[in-house]
Amino acid sequence: MEAVFSNFDEVLKAFGLTIGLFVVSGIGSLVFGALLAVFRVGPVAIMRRAALVYVSIFRNTPLLMIFIFIAVALPKLGYNFRFIGDVEVGGVSASPFFFRACLALTLYTSAFVCEAFRSGINTVPLGQAEAARAIGLTFGQSMTQVVMPQALRAVIPPLTSVQIALLKNTSVAAAFGITEAVANMRALSNENTSQTAMIFLLVAVGYIIIVEVVSLASYGLERKVKVAAR
Amino acid sequence: MSSSVLFDAPGPKTVARHRLYTLLTIVGLLGILAFFAYRMLVTRQFEYDKWEVFLTPRYIRFILVDGLLNTLGMAVFAIIAAIVFGLVFGVGKLSDHGWLRWLSFAVVEFFRAVPVLLLMTFLFLQFAIGDGPLSPFWCVVLALMLYNGAVLAEVFRAGINAVPSGQVEAAYALGLRKSQVMVQIQLPQAVKTMLPAIISQMVVALKDTSLGFYILAPGLTAVYRPIYQEFGNQVPAALVIAAIYIVVNLILTWVATLVQRRLLGERKVSASA
Repeated sequence: MEAVFSNFDEVLKAFGLTIGLFVVSGIGSLVFGALLAVFRVGPVAIMRRAALVYVSIFRNTPLLMIFIFIAVALPKLGYNFRFIGDVEVGGVSASPFFFRACLALTLYTSAFVCEAFRSGINTVPLGQAEAARAIGLTFGQSMTQVVMPQALRAVIPPLTSVQIALLKNTSVAAAFGITEAVANMRALSNENTSQTAMIFLLVAVGYIIIVEVVSLASYGLERKVKVAAR
Repeated sequence: MSSSVLFDAPGPKTVARHRLYTLLTIVGLLGILAFFAYRMLVTRQFEYDKWEVFLTPRYIRFILVDGLLNTLGMAVFAIIAAIVFGLVFGVGKLSDHGWLRWLSFAVVEFFRAVPVLLLMTFLFLQFAIGDGPLSPFWCVVLALMLYNGAVLAEVFRAGINAVPSGQVEAAYALGLRKSQVMVQIQLPQAVKTMLPAIISQMVVALKDTSLGFYILAPGLTAVYRPIYQEFGNQVPAALVIAAIYIVVNLILTWVATLVQRRLLGERKVSASA
Protein backbone atom coordinates (compact mmCIF):
# COMPACT_ATOMS: atom_id res chain seq x y z
CA MET A 1 0.00 0.00 0.00
CA GLU A 2 2.70 2.52 0.93
CA ALA A 3 4.50 1.65 -2.28
CA VAL A 4 1.63 3.08 -4.29
CA PHE A 5 0.89 6.07 -2.10
CA SER A 6 4.51 7.15 -1.65
CA ASN A 7 4.85 7.11 -5.45
CA PHE A 8 1.38 8.40 -6.06
CA ASP A 9 2.29 11.12 -8.55
CA GLU A 10 4.20 8.52 -10.57
CA VAL A 11 1.17 6.22 -10.62
CA LEU A 12 -1.07 9.10 -11.64
CA LYS A 13 1.33 10.00 -14.43
CA ALA A 14 1.25 6.39 -15.64
CA PHE A 15 -2.55 6.39 -15.68
CA GLY A 16 -2.38 9.74 -17.44
CA LEU A 17 -0.40 8.04 -20.20
CA THR A 18 -2.93 5.21 -20.33
CA ILE A 19 -5.74 7.73 -20.72
CA GLY A 20 -3.71 9.68 -23.28
CA LEU A 21 -3.19 6.57 -25.39
CA PHE A 22 -6.87 5.72 -25.03
CA VAL A 23 -8.15 9.15 -26.05
CA VAL A 24 -5.82 9.64 -29.02
CA SER A 25 -6.25 6.16 -30.48
CA GLY A 26 -9.94 6.16 -29.54
CA ILE A 27 -10.56 9.24 -31.68
CA GLY A 28 -8.26 7.93 -34.41
CA SER A 29 -10.01 4.57 -34.54
CA LEU A 30 -13.49 6.14 -34.58
CA VAL A 31 -12.58 8.31 -37.57
CA PHE A 32 -10.74 5.64 -39.52
CA GLY A 33 -13.26 2.93 -38.54
CA ALA A 34 -16.20 5.06 -39.72
CA LEU A 35 -14.42 5.66 -43.03
CA LEU A 36 -13.83 1.91 -43.40
CA ALA A 37 -17.50 1.23 -42.60
CA VAL A 38 -18.59 3.61 -45.37
CA PHE A 39 -16.30 1.78 -47.80
CA ARG A 40 -17.65 -1.51 -46.50
CA VAL A 41 -21.30 -0.76 -47.30
CA GLY A 42 -20.74 1.57 -50.26
CA PRO A 43 -21.63 1.00 -53.91
CA VAL A 44 -18.07 0.56 -55.22
CA ALA A 45 -17.25 -3.16 -55.22
CA ILE A 46 -13.48 -2.78 -54.95
CA MET A 47 -13.78 -0.49 -51.91
CA ARG A 48 -16.07 -3.02 -50.23
CA ARG A 49 -13.56 -5.75 -50.85
CA ALA A 50 -10.57 -3.68 -49.73
CA ALA A 51 -12.31 -2.79 -46.46
CA LEU A 52 -13.25 -6.43 -45.91
CA VAL A 53 -9.65 -7.55 -46.43
CA TYR A 54 -8.42 -4.88 -44.03
CA VAL A 55 -10.91 -5.93 -41.36
CA SER A 56 -10.13 -9.65 -41.76
CA ILE A 57 -6.40 -9.10 -41.52
CA PHE A 58 -6.38 -6.74 -38.56
CA ARG A 59 -9.07 -8.54 -36.59
CA ASN A 60 -7.21 -11.82 -36.80
CA THR A 61 -3.73 -10.53 -36.01
CA PRO A 62 -2.82 -10.23 -32.34
CA LEU A 63 -2.39 -6.60 -31.28
CA LEU A 64 1.08 -7.51 -30.08
CA MET A 65 2.11 -8.52 -33.61
CA ILE A 66 0.94 -5.14 -34.91
CA PHE A 67 2.99 -3.46 -32.20
CA ILE A 68 5.98 -5.59 -33.18
CA PHE A 69 5.48 -4.69 -36.80
CA ILE A 70 5.42 -0.98 -36.11
CA ALA A 71 8.08 -0.89 -33.39
CA VAL A 72 10.54 -3.48 -34.67
CA ALA A 73 9.93 -4.11 -38.38
CA LEU A 74 9.06 -0.62 -39.67
CA PRO A 75 12.31 0.97 -38.46
CA LYS A 76 14.11 -1.55 -40.70
CA LEU A 77 12.14 -0.14 -43.65
CA GLY A 78 13.35 3.31 -42.71
CA TYR A 79 10.45 4.51 -40.55
CA ASN A 80 11.28 5.03 -36.91
CA PHE A 81 9.06 8.10 -36.48
CA ARG A 82 11.89 9.90 -34.68
CA PHE A 83 10.75 13.15 -36.29
CA ILE A 84 7.67 13.07 -34.06
CA GLY A 85 9.88 14.09 -31.14
CA ASP A 86 10.79 17.31 -32.95
CA VAL A 87 7.23 18.33 -33.77
CA GLU A 88 5.88 20.67 -31.13
CA VAL A 89 2.26 21.67 -30.82
CA GLY A 90 1.74 24.41 -28.26
CA GLY A 91 4.94 23.53 -26.43
CA VAL A 92 3.93 19.87 -26.08
CA SER A 93 5.57 17.17 -28.13
CA ALA A 94 4.73 13.48 -28.23
CA SER A 95 7.44 10.86 -28.03
CA PRO A 96 7.98 8.51 -30.99
CA PHE A 97 7.04 5.67 -28.64
CA PHE A 98 3.71 7.28 -27.93
CA PHE A 99 3.08 7.90 -31.61
CA ARG A 100 3.90 4.31 -32.56
CA ALA A 101 1.66 2.92 -29.82
CA CYS A 102 -1.23 5.13 -30.95
CA LEU A 103 -0.68 4.05 -34.55
CA ALA A 104 -0.76 0.35 -33.65
CA LEU A 105 -3.83 0.75 -31.41
CA THR A 106 -5.66 2.81 -34.03
CA LEU A 107 -4.96 0.35 -36.86
CA TYR A 108 -6.11 -2.57 -34.72
CA THR A 109 -9.19 -0.98 -33.17
CA SER A 110 -10.44 0.52 -36.45
CA ALA A 111 -11.26 -2.97 -37.74
CA PHE A 112 -13.56 -3.55 -34.76
CA VAL A 113 -15.04 -0.04 -34.98
CA CYS A 114 -15.84 -0.69 -38.65
CA GLU A 115 -17.71 -3.88 -37.80
CA ALA A 116 -19.60 -2.13 -34.99
CA PHE A 117 -20.72 0.62 -37.38
CA ARG A 118 -21.72 -1.91 -40.00
CA SER A 119 -23.86 -3.83 -37.55
CA GLY A 120 -25.39 -0.50 -36.51
CA ILE A 121 -26.22 0.36 -40.11
CA ASN A 122 -27.83 -3.06 -40.43
CA THR A 123 -30.26 -2.25 -37.61
CA VAL A 124 -31.77 0.71 -39.48
CA PRO A 125 -35.10 -0.49 -40.92
CA LEU A 126 -35.12 -1.21 -44.64
CA GLY A 127 -37.91 1.26 -45.30
CA GLN A 128 -35.76 4.20 -44.17
CA ALA A 129 -33.14 3.68 -46.84
CA GLU A 130 -35.79 2.89 -49.42
CA ALA A 131 -37.68 6.08 -48.58
CA ALA A 132 -34.46 8.08 -48.79
CA ARG A 133 -33.82 6.62 -52.20
CA ALA A 134 -37.39 7.18 -53.29
CA ILE A 135 -37.17 10.93 -52.64
CA GLY A 136 -34.05 11.01 -54.77
CA LEU A 137 -31.23 11.26 -52.23
CA THR A 138 -27.82 10.02 -53.38
CA PHE A 139 -25.83 7.39 -51.48
CA GLY A 140 -23.87 10.10 -49.69
CA GLN A 141 -26.99 12.04 -48.75
CA SER A 142 -28.99 9.05 -47.57
CA MET A 143 -25.96 7.89 -45.55
CA THR A 144 -25.30 11.21 -43.81
CA GLN A 145 -28.88 12.42 -43.42
CA VAL A 146 -31.00 9.32 -43.00
CA VAL A 147 -29.10 6.15 -42.20
CA MET A 148 -26.12 7.31 -40.09
CA PRO A 149 -28.07 9.46 -37.58
CA GLN A 150 -30.24 6.43 -36.82
CA ALA A 151 -27.39 3.96 -36.94
CA LEU A 152 -25.41 6.06 -34.44
CA ARG A 153 -28.02 5.34 -31.78
CA ALA A 154 -27.88 1.60 -32.27
CA VAL A 155 -24.13 1.68 -32.48
CA ILE A 156 -23.41 3.19 -29.06
CA PRO A 157 -23.42 -0.08 -27.02
CA PRO A 158 -21.17 -2.10 -29.39
CA LEU A 159 -18.88 0.92 -29.89
CA THR A 160 -18.59 1.29 -26.14
CA SER A 161 -17.45 -2.28 -25.70
CA VAL A 162 -14.92 -1.81 -28.53
CA GLN A 163 -13.60 1.34 -26.85
CA ILE A 164 -13.42 -0.35 -23.45
CA ALA A 165 -11.45 -3.16 -25.06
CA LEU A 166 -9.18 -0.48 -26.52
CA LEU A 167 -8.71 1.03 -23.07
CA LYS A 168 -7.57 -2.33 -21.75
CA ASN A 169 -5.46 -2.95 -24.84
CA THR A 170 -3.44 0.22 -24.22
CA SER A 171 -1.63 -1.95 -21.66
CA VAL A 172 0.17 -3.74 -24.52
CA ALA A 173 2.19 -0.54 -24.99
CA ALA A 174 3.94 -1.52 -21.74
CA ALA A 175 5.96 -4.06 -23.72
CA PHE A 176 7.17 -1.32 -26.09
CA GLY A 177 8.81 1.27 -23.93
CA ILE A 178 5.89 3.22 -22.51
CA THR A 179 5.52 3.43 -18.75
CA GLU A 180 1.74 3.38 -18.66
CA ALA A 181 -0.17 1.78 -15.80
CA VAL A 182 0.93 -1.85 -16.33
CA ALA A 183 4.60 -1.05 -16.89
CA ASN A 184 4.41 1.22 -13.85
CA MET A 185 2.90 -1.62 -11.82
CA ARG A 186 5.74 -3.89 -12.91
CA ALA A 187 8.39 -1.33 -12.00
CA LEU A 188 6.81 -0.61 -8.61
CA SER A 189 6.51 -4.33 -7.88
CA ASN A 190 10.15 -4.89 -8.74
CA GLU A 191 11.13 -2.24 -6.20
CA ASN A 192 8.73 -3.52 -3.54
CA THR A 193 8.55 -7.26 -4.05
CA SER A 194 6.63 -7.87 -0.83
CA GLN A 195 3.74 -5.64 -1.89
CA THR A 196 3.08 -7.04 -5.36
CA ALA A 197 -0.49 -8.10 -4.58
CA MET A 198 -1.47 -4.75 -3.09
CA ILE A 199 0.03 -2.83 -6.00
CA PHE A 200 -1.81 -5.09 -8.44
CA LEU A 201 -5.12 -4.53 -6.67
CA LEU A 202 -4.74 -0.74 -6.60
CA VAL A 203 -3.78 -0.56 -10.29
CA ALA A 204 -6.70 -2.88 -11.10
CA VAL A 205 -9.02 -0.54 -9.19
CA GLY A 206 -7.62 2.34 -11.27
CA TYR A 207 -8.56 0.51 -14.46
CA ILE A 208 -11.99 -0.39 -13.12
CA ILE A 209 -12.65 3.28 -12.30
CA ILE A 210 -11.75 4.37 -15.84
CA VAL A 211 -13.82 1.57 -17.39
CA GLU A 212 -16.80 2.54 -15.24
CA VAL A 213 -16.46 6.21 -16.19
CA VAL A 214 -16.42 5.29 -19.89
CA SER A 215 -19.41 2.98 -19.64
CA LEU A 216 -21.39 5.47 -17.54
CA ALA A 217 -20.65 8.21 -20.09
CA SER A 218 -21.81 5.92 -22.86
CA TYR A 219 -24.96 5.05 -20.91
CA GLY A 220 -25.69 8.72 -20.44
CA LEU A 221 -25.14 9.39 -24.13
CA GLU A 222 -27.38 6.47 -25.04
CA ARG A 223 -30.18 7.84 -22.87
CA LYS A 224 -29.74 11.32 -24.29
CA VAL A 225 -30.11 10.29 -27.93
CA LYS A 226 -32.80 7.71 -27.28
CA VAL A 227 -36.07 8.29 -29.09
CA ALA A 228 -39.28 7.46 -27.27
CA ALA A 229 -40.39 3.98 -28.28
CA ARG A 230 -43.34 3.96 -30.58
CA MET B 1 -30.67 -4.69 -44.34
CA SER B 2 -28.61 -5.69 -47.33
CA SER B 3 -26.17 -3.05 -48.47
CA SER B 4 -27.75 -2.83 -51.91
CA VAL B 5 -30.75 -1.06 -50.39
CA LEU B 6 -28.55 1.91 -49.59
CA PHE B 7 -28.19 2.92 -53.21
CA ASP B 8 -30.09 2.74 -56.47
CA ALA B 9 -29.18 0.81 -59.55
CA PRO B 10 -26.71 3.29 -61.01
CA GLY B 11 -27.49 5.36 -64.10
CA PRO B 12 -24.92 6.10 -66.82
CA LYS B 13 -23.41 9.09 -64.99
CA THR B 14 -23.10 7.20 -61.72
CA VAL B 15 -21.62 4.20 -63.51
CA ALA B 16 -18.96 6.48 -64.92
CA ARG B 17 -18.34 8.00 -61.49
CA HIS B 18 -18.08 4.58 -59.90
CA ARG B 19 -15.65 3.52 -62.56
CA LEU B 20 -13.53 6.52 -61.62
CA TYR B 21 -13.73 5.58 -57.92
CA THR B 22 -12.80 2.01 -58.75
CA LEU B 23 -9.83 3.20 -60.73
CA LEU B 24 -8.73 5.58 -57.97
CA THR B 25 -9.06 2.86 -55.33
CA ILE B 26 -7.05 0.41 -57.41
CA VAL B 27 -4.37 3.02 -58.04
CA GLY B 28 -4.33 3.91 -54.36
CA LEU B 29 -4.08 0.31 -53.16
CA LEU B 30 -1.46 -0.59 -55.73
CA GLY B 31 0.39 2.56 -54.76
CA ILE B 32 0.48 1.53 -51.11
CA LEU B 33 1.57 -2.01 -51.99
CA ALA B 34 4.16 -0.78 -54.47
CA PHE B 35 5.52 1.72 -51.97
CA PHE B 36 5.79 -0.99 -49.33
CA ALA B 37 7.47 -3.34 -51.80
CA TYR B 38 9.79 -0.53 -52.89
CA ARG B 39 10.84 0.20 -49.32
CA MET B 40 11.41 -3.52 -48.80
CA LEU B 41 13.49 -3.65 -51.96
CA VAL B 42 15.55 -0.59 -51.04
CA THR B 43 16.21 -1.92 -47.56
CA ARG B 44 17.07 -5.34 -49.04
CA GLN B 45 14.25 -7.26 -47.39
CA PHE B 46 13.77 -9.54 -50.38
CA GLU B 47 17.25 -11.01 -50.18
CA TYR B 48 17.30 -14.77 -50.04
CA ASP B 49 19.22 -15.09 -46.79
CA LYS B 50 16.47 -13.18 -44.97
CA TRP B 51 13.85 -15.69 -46.08
CA GLU B 52 15.99 -18.84 -46.15
CA VAL B 53 15.30 -19.51 -42.49
CA PHE B 54 11.63 -20.19 -43.30
CA LEU B 55 12.69 -22.95 -45.70
CA THR B 56 15.18 -24.58 -43.32
CA PRO B 57 13.63 -27.66 -41.69
CA ARG B 58 15.33 -27.00 -38.36
CA TYR B 59 13.83 -23.53 -38.12
CA ILE B 60 10.46 -24.57 -39.48
CA ARG B 61 10.39 -27.06 -36.64
CA PHE B 62 11.47 -24.30 -34.23
CA ILE B 63 8.63 -22.03 -35.38
CA LEU B 64 6.00 -24.74 -35.49
CA VAL B 65 6.91 -26.70 -32.36
CA ASP B 66 8.37 -24.05 -30.05
CA GLY B 67 6.10 -21.38 -31.44
CA LEU B 68 2.79 -22.55 -32.83
CA LEU B 69 2.45 -25.65 -30.65
CA ASN B 70 3.06 -23.65 -27.47
CA THR B 71 0.63 -20.96 -28.58
CA LEU B 72 -2.03 -23.55 -29.39
CA GLY B 73 -1.30 -25.38 -26.14
CA MET B 74 -1.75 -22.23 -24.06
CA ALA B 75 -4.94 -21.39 -25.94
CA VAL B 76 -6.41 -24.88 -25.52
CA PHE B 77 -5.60 -25.15 -21.81
CA ALA B 78 -6.86 -21.60 -21.25
CA ILE B 79 -10.14 -22.13 -23.05
CA ILE B 80 -10.88 -25.44 -21.32
CA ALA B 81 -10.15 -23.88 -17.94
CA ALA B 82 -12.14 -20.79 -18.93
CA ILE B 83 -15.18 -22.91 -19.80
CA VAL B 84 -15.05 -24.51 -16.35
CA PHE B 85 -14.52 -21.12 -14.68
CA GLY B 86 -17.30 -19.60 -16.77
CA LEU B 87 -19.70 -22.42 -15.94
CA VAL B 88 -19.08 -22.14 -12.22
CA PHE B 89 -19.54 -18.36 -12.09
CA GLY B 90 -22.19 -18.17 -14.82
CA VAL B 91 -24.35 -20.64 -12.92
CA GLY B 92 -23.33 -18.89 -9.71
CA LYS B 93 -24.83 -15.64 -11.01
CA LEU B 94 -28.17 -17.46 -11.37
CA SER B 95 -28.01 -19.01 -7.91
CA ASP B 96 -30.88 -18.74 -5.46
CA HIS B 97 -28.42 -17.77 -2.73
CA GLY B 98 -27.81 -14.05 -2.57
CA TRP B 99 -24.23 -14.25 -1.32
CA LEU B 100 -23.25 -16.62 -4.14
CA ARG B 101 -24.87 -14.35 -6.74
CA TRP B 102 -23.03 -11.33 -5.42
CA LEU B 103 -19.72 -13.17 -5.15
CA SER B 104 -20.02 -14.41 -8.74
CA PHE B 105 -21.03 -10.96 -9.91
CA ALA B 106 -18.01 -9.36 -8.23
CA VAL B 107 -15.55 -11.96 -9.55
CA VAL B 108 -16.88 -11.75 -13.11
CA GLU B 109 -16.97 -7.95 -13.18
CA PHE B 110 -13.48 -7.67 -11.71
CA PHE B 111 -11.80 -9.96 -14.22
CA ARG B 112 -13.69 -8.45 -17.12
CA ALA B 113 -12.63 -4.90 -16.33
CA VAL B 114 -8.94 -5.61 -15.72
CA PRO B 115 -6.55 -5.84 -18.69
CA VAL B 116 -5.28 -9.38 -19.35
CA LEU B 117 -1.74 -8.08 -19.45
CA LEU B 118 -2.09 -6.66 -15.94
CA LEU B 119 -3.30 -10.06 -14.69
CA MET B 120 -0.50 -11.82 -16.52
CA THR B 121 2.17 -9.49 -15.19
CA PHE B 122 0.88 -9.85 -11.66
CA LEU B 123 0.82 -13.66 -11.83
CA PHE B 124 4.30 -13.61 -13.32
CA LEU B 125 5.72 -11.32 -10.65
CA GLN B 126 3.96 -13.10 -7.83
CA PHE B 127 4.28 -16.76 -8.79
CA ALA B 128 6.89 -17.20 -11.51
CA ILE B 129 9.84 -14.91 -10.87
CA GLY B 130 12.76 -16.37 -8.94
CA ASP B 131 11.81 -19.97 -8.20
CA GLY B 132 8.07 -19.59 -8.01
CA PRO B 133 5.78 -22.57 -8.56
CA LEU B 134 4.44 -21.47 -11.97
CA SER B 135 6.24 -21.23 -15.30
CA PRO B 136 5.41 -18.24 -17.54
CA PHE B 137 3.47 -20.70 -19.74
CA TRP B 138 1.03 -21.38 -16.90
CA CYS B 139 0.86 -17.71 -15.93
CA VAL B 140 -0.45 -17.01 -19.43
CA VAL B 141 -2.91 -19.90 -19.19
CA LEU B 142 -4.13 -18.76 -15.78
CA ALA B 143 -4.54 -15.11 -16.79
CA LEU B 144 -6.42 -16.08 -19.95
CA MET B 145 -8.58 -18.48 -17.93
CA LEU B 146 -9.61 -15.70 -15.56
CA TYR B 147 -10.36 -13.16 -18.30
CA ASN B 148 -12.03 -15.44 -20.85
CA GLY B 149 -13.79 -17.31 -18.05
CA ALA B 150 -15.35 -14.05 -16.88
CA VAL B 151 -16.48 -13.26 -20.42
CA LEU B 152 -17.85 -16.78 -20.88
CA ALA B 153 -19.69 -16.59 -17.54
CA GLU B 154 -21.80 -13.82 -19.05
CA VAL B 155 -22.31 -15.90 -22.21
CA PHE B 156 -23.40 -18.91 -20.16
CA ARG B 157 -25.75 -16.87 -18.00
CA ALA B 158 -27.42 -15.38 -21.08
CA GLY B 159 -27.56 -18.80 -22.77
CA ILE B 160 -29.17 -20.46 -19.76
CA ASN B 161 -31.70 -17.63 -19.46
CA ALA B 162 -32.56 -18.09 -23.13
CA VAL B 163 -33.81 -21.64 -22.56
CA PRO B 164 -37.63 -21.43 -22.67
CA SER B 165 -39.06 -21.29 -19.15
CA GLY B 166 -41.56 -24.03 -19.97
CA GLN B 167 -38.66 -26.47 -20.06
CA VAL B 168 -37.67 -25.60 -16.49
CA GLU B 169 -41.26 -25.68 -15.25
CA ALA B 170 -41.83 -29.06 -16.90
CA ALA B 171 -38.67 -30.41 -15.27
CA TYR B 172 -39.75 -29.21 -11.82
CA ALA B 173 -43.20 -30.67 -12.45
CA LEU B 174 -41.55 -34.03 -13.10
CA GLY B 175 -39.99 -33.74 -9.66
CA LEU B 176 -36.36 -33.06 -10.64
CA ARG B 177 -34.22 -31.23 -8.12
CA LYS B 178 -32.66 -27.80 -8.72
CA SER B 179 -29.26 -29.19 -9.68
CA GLN B 180 -30.85 -31.82 -11.91
CA VAL B 181 -32.84 -29.18 -13.75
CA MET B 182 -29.64 -27.20 -14.34
CA VAL B 183 -27.45 -30.14 -15.39
CA GLN B 184 -29.97 -32.25 -17.28
CA ILE B 185 -32.37 -29.70 -18.76
CA GLN B 186 -31.01 -26.16 -18.92
CA LEU B 187 -27.30 -26.66 -19.67
CA PRO B 188 -27.61 -29.16 -22.55
CA GLN B 189 -30.02 -26.87 -24.36
CA ALA B 190 -28.01 -23.75 -23.59
CA VAL B 191 -24.75 -25.25 -24.87
CA LYS B 192 -26.22 -25.47 -28.36
CA THR B 193 -26.75 -21.73 -28.62
CA MET B 194 -23.48 -20.90 -26.88
CA LEU B 195 -21.08 -23.01 -28.88
CA PRO B 196 -20.36 -20.39 -31.58
CA ALA B 197 -19.73 -17.74 -28.93
CA ILE B 198 -17.35 -20.14 -27.19
CA ILE B 199 -15.42 -20.77 -30.41
CA SER B 200 -15.12 -17.07 -31.20
CA GLN B 201 -13.85 -16.59 -27.65
CA MET B 202 -11.17 -19.12 -28.59
CA VAL B 203 -9.97 -16.72 -31.28
CA VAL B 204 -9.69 -14.03 -28.61
CA ALA B 205 -7.78 -16.39 -26.31
CA LEU B 206 -5.46 -17.43 -29.12
CA LYS B 207 -4.67 -13.83 -29.99
CA ASP B 208 -4.11 -12.96 -26.35
CA THR B 209 -1.56 -15.77 -25.85
CA SER B 210 0.79 -13.44 -27.74
CA LEU B 211 0.83 -11.18 -24.66
CA GLY B 212 3.08 -13.80 -23.06
CA PHE B 213 5.83 -11.92 -24.91
CA TYR B 214 5.89 -9.46 -22.01
CA ILE B 215 6.46 -12.14 -19.37
CA LEU B 216 8.93 -14.31 -21.31
CA ALA B 217 6.43 -17.08 -22.01
CA PRO B 218 6.96 -19.34 -25.06
CA GLY B 219 4.81 -19.03 -28.18
CA LEU B 220 4.80 -17.66 -31.71
CA THR B 221 5.67 -14.12 -30.69
CA ALA B 222 8.46 -15.44 -28.46
CA VAL B 223 10.20 -17.25 -31.34
CA TYR B 224 10.21 -13.99 -33.30
CA ARG B 225 13.02 -12.41 -31.30
CA PRO B 226 15.63 -15.20 -31.56
CA ILE B 227 14.95 -15.52 -35.29
CA TYR B 228 15.49 -11.87 -36.11
CA GLN B 229 18.43 -11.63 -33.76
CA GLU B 230 20.12 -14.42 -35.66
CA PHE B 231 19.20 -13.44 -39.22
CA GLY B 232 18.42 -9.72 -38.99
CA ASN B 233 15.18 -10.32 -40.86
CA GLN B 234 12.77 -8.26 -38.72
CA VAL B 235 10.37 -7.57 -41.58
CA PRO B 236 10.07 -11.01 -43.23
CA ALA B 237 9.82 -12.75 -39.85
CA ALA B 238 7.04 -10.40 -38.69
CA LEU B 239 5.13 -11.01 -41.93
CA VAL B 240 5.48 -14.80 -41.67
CA ILE B 241 4.45 -14.99 -38.02
CA ALA B 242 1.50 -12.63 -38.49
CA ALA B 243 0.42 -14.79 -41.44
CA ILE B 244 0.47 -17.93 -39.27
CA TYR B 245 -1.75 -16.22 -36.68
CA ILE B 246 -4.15 -15.02 -39.35
CA VAL B 247 -4.45 -18.45 -40.96
CA VAL B 248 -5.08 -20.21 -37.64
CA ASN B 249 -7.67 -17.61 -36.62
CA LEU B 250 -9.44 -17.72 -39.97
CA ILE B 251 -9.68 -21.50 -39.67
CA LEU B 252 -11.18 -21.12 -36.18
CA THR B 253 -13.67 -18.49 -37.39
CA TRP B 254 -14.59 -20.73 -40.31
CA VAL B 255 -15.22 -23.64 -37.93
CA ALA B 256 -17.37 -21.36 -35.75
CA THR B 257 -19.47 -20.32 -38.72
CA LEU B 258 -19.82 -23.95 -39.77
CA VAL B 259 -20.92 -25.01 -36.29
CA GLN B 260 -23.36 -22.14 -36.10
CA ARG B 261 -24.88 -22.99 -39.46
CA ARG B 262 -25.22 -26.60 -38.34
CA LEU B 263 -26.89 -25.72 -35.06
CA LEU B 264 -28.77 -22.51 -35.65
CA GLY B 265 -29.03 -21.81 -39.33
CA GLU B 266 -27.37 -18.85 -41.05
CA ARG B 267 -25.74 -16.18 -38.92
CA LYS B 268 -22.26 -14.82 -38.83
CA VAL B 269 -19.76 -15.16 -36.03
CA SER B 270 -17.05 -12.66 -35.32
CA ALA B 271 -14.20 -12.24 -32.89
CA SER B 272 -14.28 -9.38 -30.45
CA ALA B 273 -11.45 -7.09 -29.45
